Amino acid sequence: MDARKERETVPAKQRTTVERKSDRELVVTRSFDAPARMVFEAWTRPELFKRWWVPKSIGLTLLACEMDVRPGGGYRLVFAADPEPVAFFGKYLDVTPHSRLSWTNEETPDGTITTVTFEETGGRTRVVVCDLYPSKDALDAAIASESTGGFPEQFEQLDELLVTLGA
Amino acid sequence: MVQYSHSHFDTAFAALSDVTRRGVLEQLARSDASITELAGRFGMTLTGMKKHVGILEDAGLVATEKIGRVRNCRLGVCRLEEEAAWIEKYRQLWAARFDALDQVIEELKRKEKADGRKKRT
Repeated sequence: MDARKERETVPAKQRTTVERKSDRELVVTRSFDAPARMVFEAWTRPELFKRWWVPKSIGLTLLACEMDVRPGGGYRLVFAADPEPVAFFGKYLDVTPHSRLSWTNEETPDGTITTVTFEETGGRTRVVVCDLYPSKDALDAAIASESTGGFPEQFEQLDELLVTLGA
Repeated sequence: MVQYSHSHFDTAFAALSDVTRRGVLEQLARSDASITELAGRFGMTLTGMKKHVGILEDAGLVATEKIGRVRNCRLGVCRLEEEAAWIEKYRQLWAARFDALDQVIEELKRKEKADGRKKRT
């Protein structure tokens, strides 16, 4: 592929925004330059999902990624950790092709329900990820403990990366 | 960019809208005090002062701790600041994910384009 073509295929980075929508809800929004069916595919096919859910920059190693993407179907992500691997798991509540996904996060008793919507307009797709906490206290506690649904290590490693980039 | 729900600002502004409560904050900036001491200083009943302190506490501006029979008050950590820092980290995690997702999607697009060309020929 020549240099000109390479430039054409590199997408301009879109903005990711986060809003604490209510006492119990965190909402992440981002647009993608692709139709909803394609973005949805990247969220529902394990071999694609595992390539971006744990980006290289975060430095975590995903040991296993099992996803039975249908209502009631389970998922399980296992990360390498010390002293033993850590698993994140739950089940899909809603799987509406190309428009909506929802799942539980059951690795902690105060787990969130994650709902993702895909809205396509003119060939572009707006993705909205909503994490609903069981109570205001649960979200406040997550903020206070620095663990967002259980990714403290990822954040630490991300911190290190950002420091490196900033240096 | 980090955005706040209005309810957070509303709570803080409502807490600061009262002259007594602003006075309580000034007082606590100088030194910690019990509710009884604050009530005495501001010439209020214990119940009245408890209510004011409760509003400041809900807004995260004041923290209280019961020691024996005395409720001690001090300035709270700025919860808004703490929350903003946390939300920014959370945003960075998702931004990193989504930048990686862009690459996966670009690959899907290229593949689809190539497959399309194959079908036509």
